[in-house]
Amino acid sequence: MPLSPAITDLEQLKNHPAVARLVSWNPAAVERARFDRDELTIHLERGSLLEACALLKDDPACPFNFLSDVTCVDWYPAEPRFEVVYHLLSIAKKERVRLKVRLDSGSPVVESLTSVWPGANYFEREIFDLFGVRFSGHPYLRRILMPEDWEGHPLRKDYPVEGYR
Amino acid sequence: MASFTQTPVVEPGQDRTMVLNMGPQHPSTHGVLRVLLEIDGETVVRMMADIGYLHTGIEKTCEAKFYQQVVPLTDRIDYLCPMTNNLCYVLAVEKLLGLEIPPKAQWLRVLLNELTRINSHLVWLGTHALDLGAMTVFLYCFREREEVLKMFEMVSGQRMMTSYFRVGGIALEPPLGFFDRVRDFAGYFPEKVDEYENLLTGNPIWKMRTKGVARMTAEDAIALGATGPTLRGSGVDFDLRRDIPYSSYEKFQFKVPVSPDGDVYARYLCRVQELRESIGIVRQALDGMPEGPIKADAPQVVLPEREKMKTEMEALIHHFKIITEGFSVPVGEVYQAVESPRGEMGYYIVSDGTAKPYRVHIRSACFANLQTLPTMCEGRLLADVVAAIGSIDIVLGEIDR
Repeated sequence: MPLSPAITDLEQLKNHPAVARLVSWNPAAVERARFDRDELTIHLERGSLLEACALLKDDPACPFNFLSDVTCVDWYPAEPRFEVVYHLLSIAKKERVRLKVRLDSGSPVVESLTSVWPGANYFEREIFDLFGVRFSGHPYLRRILMPEDWEGHPLRKDYPVEGYR
Repeated sequence: MASFTQTPVVEPGQDRTMVLNMGPQHPSTHGVLRVLLEIDGETVVRMMADIGYLHTGIEKTCEAKFYQQVVPLTDRIDYLCPMTNNLCYVLAVEKLLGLEIPPKAQWLRVLLNELTRINSHLVWLGTHALDLGAMTVFLYCFREREEVLKMFEMVSGQRMMTSYFRVGGIALEPPLGFFDRVRDFAGYFPEKVDEYENLLTGNPIWKMRTKGVARMTAEDAIALGATGPTLRGSGVDFDLRRDIPYSSYEKFQFKVPVSPDGDVYARYLCRVQELRESIGIVRQALDGMPEGPIKADAPQVVLPEREKMKTEMEALIHHFKIITEGFSVPVGEVYQAVESPRGEMGYYIVSDGTAKPYRVHIRSACFANLQTLPTMCEGRLLADVVAAIGSIDIVLGEIDR
């Protein structure tokens, strides 16, 4: 099965429930969308993330009611440096969608999703721990995997694989 | 990891409550989980888990390895289901590459994955029952698990860290006598499950210890990101093998066990039924095993056969190139999820077009399932914490990665 080219045209993707819902709500919130390897990615404007997730969670046509995963990618030295990645799943419709928010290295802060899905708690703590991205409104933003007194954020690209000796 | 020198995370409240530290060397925390409990008499008022004792930075290590070198690392994430980790990783890379896998390899992967599920559930059942005071079940379970591990040793040379799947297929043809051995096992295993059930399912002591204990509603389970038997034990009918199939699972017939009660007993019933369903899938895989190659036809990605390497120039060149400089993967990103014995295991891989992954993130089922623990335990007795921890079937290697 050779790879088919990615679809990046927003108009063509409007028949997907998540894109349709978000564009009809606030066209300015959707920066771009991409359909590649059978997976849909929607880039959201940073400030609209929390509202967009609450909206998708309660969408009557296709409720993305399950937060599968939250992670982060560091594009150092490019700016905006961090990309926080959310994977939502609709248990009823068996659909997935990936949401992305870009953050620059000056103020890597994004709203926490813990008010929508309490399960975001550990995932966001992990990203804070390993990338140094902060989540505003998180109830307990502390290191989770590394020791409390650790210096630096190991999954950043400017952190050496062997660690600092 | 909260250190001991800092203020305790669970603050002692009035004079009535005290803070109790459980773990990380407690035998019923299944590894190195530390739990802080604020208790009032024997009632748990608040609790929080403290993890990270097994953090080895596997995600960071992956970024420094070639794609094919990551496979042995994935075994070590969840040491009770190595093949599931192997499968999820290779499926993700194959999706990035757009590779088509021959049917025989897919069916072998399904067969071995279900054996892995049996292996993992047997360890869970044995240790869970042992935690709650039933010693015999443990001995019975490990007897059958030994047989599964011997089969793993037959195919991969390793009992636990199998690293048997490769990007593009599987490493080697299974040896002579392997299928007979599996068929033999599939023949007598259902009787053994009856044996475990005779000891536990109707046992009044077991029921008193597990029924109505550590309850969780379906809404809570979904909100907290629980998956696998922890979710299905709360009555949510969702299984990735059936609902978002991968590796030819859509060609197999099996039921997805669901129990609505949301307690320890419900999660126990789900997993025991899964043992029976899994052996059914193993039997179907044996009966319908297709003929053909076990590796995809992609010389740039899949290592050539040993014989060809010695006789064909092209094969030798490809072998040399894959070993020394890896294979490059087109730019892109994928999220591939599989149903591991504990729930949704997902690999999110970002490729920048080179031979090493730019980012590998592992969504571990236990990491999310662990968050359900306070919901299950708060307001209940201290002794039930042990039952709750056992019932979500945690593996700390997978949580800390």
